[in-house]
Amino acid sequence: MFDNAYEALADSADDTRWAFGTGFHDALSGVDTDVPGETDRDQLATYCLMLGDDALVHAQRLTEWVTRAPDLEEEVALANIALDLLGQARLLLARAGQAEGAGRDEDALAHFRDEHEFRNVRLAEQPLGDFARTVLTVLVLSSWRLAVFQRLRHGPDPVLAAIAAKGVNELAYHRDYAAQWVVRLGDGTDHSHQRLTAALGDVWPLVDELFTPHEIERGDLAVDPAPLRAEFDDVLTTVFAPAHLETPDVAPRSGIAGRTGRHGVHTEHLGLLLAEMQSLARAHPEATW
Amino acid sequence: MSEDTTGPSASAPLFEVFVRGKRGLNHVHVGSLHAADERMALHNARNLYTRRNEGVSIWVVRSESITASSPDEKDPFFDPSGDKAYRHPTFYAIPDDVPHM
Repeated sequence: MFDNAYEALADSADDTRWAFGTGFHDALSGVDTDVPGETDRDQLATYCLMLGDDALVHAQRLTEWVTRAPDLEEEVALANIALDLLGQARLLLARAGQAEGAGRDEDALAHFRDEHEFRNVRLAEQPLGDFARTVLTVLVLSSWRLAVFQRLRHGPDPVLAAIAAKGVNELAYHRDYAAQWVVRLGDGTDHSHQRLTAALGDVWPLVDELFTPHEIERGDLAVDPAPLRAEFDDVLTTVFAPAHLETPDVAPRSGIAGRTGRHGVHTEHLGLLLAEMQSLARAHPEATW
Repeated sequence: MSEDTTGPSASAPLFEVFVRGKRGLNHVHVGSLHAADERMALHNARNLYTRRNEGVSIWVVRSESITASSPDEKDPFFDPSGDKAYRHPTFYAIPDDVPHM
């Protein structure tokens, strides 16, 4: 018997049974999951919720493409990205629960919090619309999150650092996938270029929020996103040039009295998304599957 | 992935996909897919055929670039080797710790 599911498939033994599917690893194996004594637990819990909710909500949006994608290949690709993000969300929400110390696990945090308790940025909750807007949203969110995770790998919380280290490779692929499609659509037909330009007009007003730090994101445990803007702009400029796109001159979408997604102030779209995501768990709280 | 798909890739060329697992094995044919070009074929192959950690390397090649033996030639091609057991190295003892034989 094995202590965890990965051991049976692990590379460690001189195991010649498997030609494929070996070498699985647990992102948190060997990491001390106790919260370090000097940590501000509330701050850590809230920061984990922010990063976890970004991933959870974006993943929920991406899964809406399943059975609706233009191609089987793209359907699997988008579902893969959603699953990567869901994996990040599970680890982050579990860490938030540990830091909070109130006995809530990842499921309780995902399914039994209401809209105003979600800390994701508003771009993650927007409907994805057409395929152009979908790949553009993935490009923006993955480029931003990758820049954050590259710093977070070296952050003070060992669990957050391990989650970020795992996420970096995933996000680098998401960005690569999305960039490839943005270039194809931007440099494709008049119609595809027009769709992509329209998508950019919809997405861009929500980009400023990504780089406007909440006070917790300025704290010691977190990565302040504000200084990462230049790096983000470089990445997008590199992708936009061959796609014949220019960043639009549009005003950022404001929050309410300066409060946005990170404060729990959301657009009308999050409530509907959560209603769908949470309804099963709320109707059958003890269910397992 | 089938020929009669009505999605955008129906008009895209077919590629054959070869994946190499770990442990220094050779690339093995795993299936085929449609893609607009080689780069998209690699992405699609990565997403369709290596999502369960199956591979460390992928080859894609346009199906039309492969020259295949014809089923009609099967007998003259392969039958003559069917009775020549002496061509197999069956007279050596293989040590227990040699894998993949």
